[in-house]
Amino acid sequence: MPSFIEVRDLGKKFNSTWIIKNLNLSFDEGEIAIIQGSSGIGKSTFLRCLCYLTPFEKGRVRVGSIEIEAGMNERKHHQTILALRQQLGFVFQSFNLFGHLTVLQNITIGPIKVWGVTPHKAEREAKALLRRVGLKNKAEEHPRSLSGGQQQRVAIARALALRPKGILFDEPTSNLDPAMKQEIVEVIEDFANDGLTMLIVTHEPAFLRRVATRLIEFGSQCSVVSENALPKLLLPASPPADNQNPDALAALTVSSPN
Amino acid sequence: MKFSAFRFFFLSLLTLVAGFAHAGEAWDRVMKTGELRYGTDPAGGAPYLFQDKHNPDRMIGFEVDLMEAIGKRLGVTAKPVAIDWDQLVPALMRGDFDIALNGLEVTDERKGMISFSHPYYIFSQQITVRQDDARVKKFEDLRGRRVGTMAATLAKDMLEEHGQIKIVTYPGPIEIYGDLELGRIDAAFLDTPMAAFYAGPKPSLKNVGEPVGEGLYAAGLRKDSPILRDKLNAALKKLYSLGELKKIYDKWDLWTQNQEKLSGFFNDSAQTGAAEVSILKFIPLLLQGASVTIAISVLAMALAVGAGFALCVAKLYGNKFLRFLSHAAVEIIRGTPLLLQLYVIYYGLPTLGIKLNAFVAAVLGIGLNYAACESEIYRAGILSVPKGQDEAARSIGMSARQSLFHIILPQAFRVILPPSTNDFIALFKDTSLVSVITVVELTKVYNQAALSSLHFLELGFITAALYFAMSYPLAIWSRRLEANRQHAIIY
Repeated sequence: MPSFIEVRDLGKKFNSTWIIKNLNLSFDEGEIAIIQGSSGIGKSTFLRCLCYLTPFEKGRVRVGSIEIEAGMNERKHHQTILALRQQLGFVFQSFNLFGHLTVLQNITIGPIKVWGVTPHKAEREAKALLRRVGLKNKAEEHPRSLSGGQQQRVAIARALALRPKGILFDEPTSNLDPAMKQEIVEVIEDFANDGLTMLIVTHEPAFLRRVATRLIEFGSQCSVVSENALPKLLLPASPPADNQNPDALAALTVSSPN
Repeated sequence: MKFSAFRFFFLSLLTLVAGFAHAGEAWDRVMKTGELRYGTDPAGGAPYLFQDKHNPDRMIGFEVDLMEAIGKRLGVTAKPVAIDWDQLVPALMRGDFDIALNGLEVTDERKGMISFSHPYYIFSQQITVRQDDARVKKFEDLRGRRVGTMAATLAKDMLEEHGQIKIVTYPGPIEIYGDLELGRIDAAFLDTPMAAFYAGPKPSLKNVGEPVGEGLYAAGLRKDSPILRDKLNAALKKLYSLGELKKIYDKWDLWTQNQEKLSGFFNDSAQTGAAEVSILKFIPLLLQGASVTIAISVLAMALAVGAGFALCVAKLYGNKFLRFLSHAAVEIIRGTPLLLQLYVIYYGLPTLGIKLNAFVAAVLGIGLNYAACESEIYRAGILSVPKGQDEAARSIGMSARQSLFHIILPQAFRVILPPSTNDFIALFKDTSLVSVITVVELTKVYNQAALSSLHFLELGFITAALYFAMSYPLAIWSRRLEANRQHAIIY
């Protein structure tokens, strides 16, 4: 079976320095991959390249049957890039909810404006998503009245509203306190069971150890320093209380392999 | 050394202040300084007083010659003081100079404010039309036509009295004959000396019909200066009887048979009779001016918003060429005065074959000027929305345009609104500048009304109140809109 995401010879330059060089990686459908590495080496940039939020200078990325390559123009290849983004949702570190819209509108605006879904249908689906992330009652509120964890859950619902096959998480929990981190982890676990492919860039792999199937560590220029397939841990769906302490959880993780 | 320099400076300052504040017999001041200061407008032009094109430091003209001759007779130096023609009488009354002498017509209205010397020239009004225009042959033929003349002149009064002539008012004769050649007006109606000097030599124009009306040019004086007036009258009488006056007028080709009637004036010295004007009769005119101001403001702002947005989008999202174009346009428009732009659009563009009517030119000039400011406001507003908003919009499949309209602009709106409203209020007040291209809006109406009635203060208050009544609701509306948008806070 061919992989779901395939990255070939990816190269990304900032000014004159290559921050990603000759990266080759692939991900199977349903894989939950954690990507870690020290700050500033380009993990986030890598994720952005996958859905072409950041254009790249070399190589190609295939997602499902859609292929994008270096030098593509957002305007000229809009259809291809649009199809790509439909396949891959994106969740940001700082949530980036639309401040002028209600929670519900944040989720429906994509389907309505981009895909031409009727408002009625979009709202019905958005409400279902909100129920699933536990924010059924917040539909009419504005994002700024929500806590960080709630905002991030809305952001996940927004990314899922386009029914993507995969989601890219860029440090989804690093702006949150431990209790809120746990909320996000639970949502991620829930959707992992649906067979979504997830790539999660994080500094706190311990949180997600239970769902992760693969741990990748990036070195400089996003070279793959180490890679481990993780056995699925059969833990209860609701984690023990002490899981809220990342240090305690670290003991559970496969020790960092370098 | 330092001390004496300081003292010199201080004393001259004192003299200056004292000089201007001085009311009372002007002759005393003239004797003390040996200088007869006369107010005149060099921009009013030939043949009265104008810059010598061979020697730009020097003023020439028949009035220069006349004043030099008078100065010689009185044993003082005649010195021109430059001022806008419109302002001659107010400035004289304020004490900026001793006499006003620049084709100033003797009118009953003015007699209420100032006194006049004996007249030094008898003029008439001359109709001028384009060479190929056979429609106008006499004054009556001006009915229903657009006729150019200058503000606060006898010519304008005559046109107004007729009642069915569309009068277009200009700051000076050069613009009038220029617009006549361009076909923006059907005829010019000005004092004979101007018609002779400016229209006479132009092959495309012709003076038609006998000169009409008869008016007198005289020196204006403050009423508290009867001695200076007597001295002036004596000098004029002498110049006339010695034939020197004729010599001066001959030199400028201005002598006419009519001038012999001047002698009749030199014996009478009655200079009274004031015509008090009610300010109430100006109110309908002011309201009409206000409606023009509103029309120009609204249209110009619509243009400024549209063109400003286009410039801003070109600068933020355009390719290299568009970015350069937008940048250049914004910098050039922002970096040059609006007044200059209006002049170029109205008086300059016809050289390139683009002939706009005054109202269109006014809207275009102000609109484009403010488009440059608006575009920078929009740009700042758009850039104030965090980049993550656009990225999030892109990540759910929106195009650059969808992101701009659905996500960025609604959030930039609150940032844009206050400075934008401020700009609109400023634009609204800047419409007063378009009077230079003959549009009669509120300030122009005020200006004309105040000049003819000399009620600068009272009419000024009414006009200011009208402006305020128009701009304040805008400010309130903007504040309300802003409050309604509270939820659009960017975090």
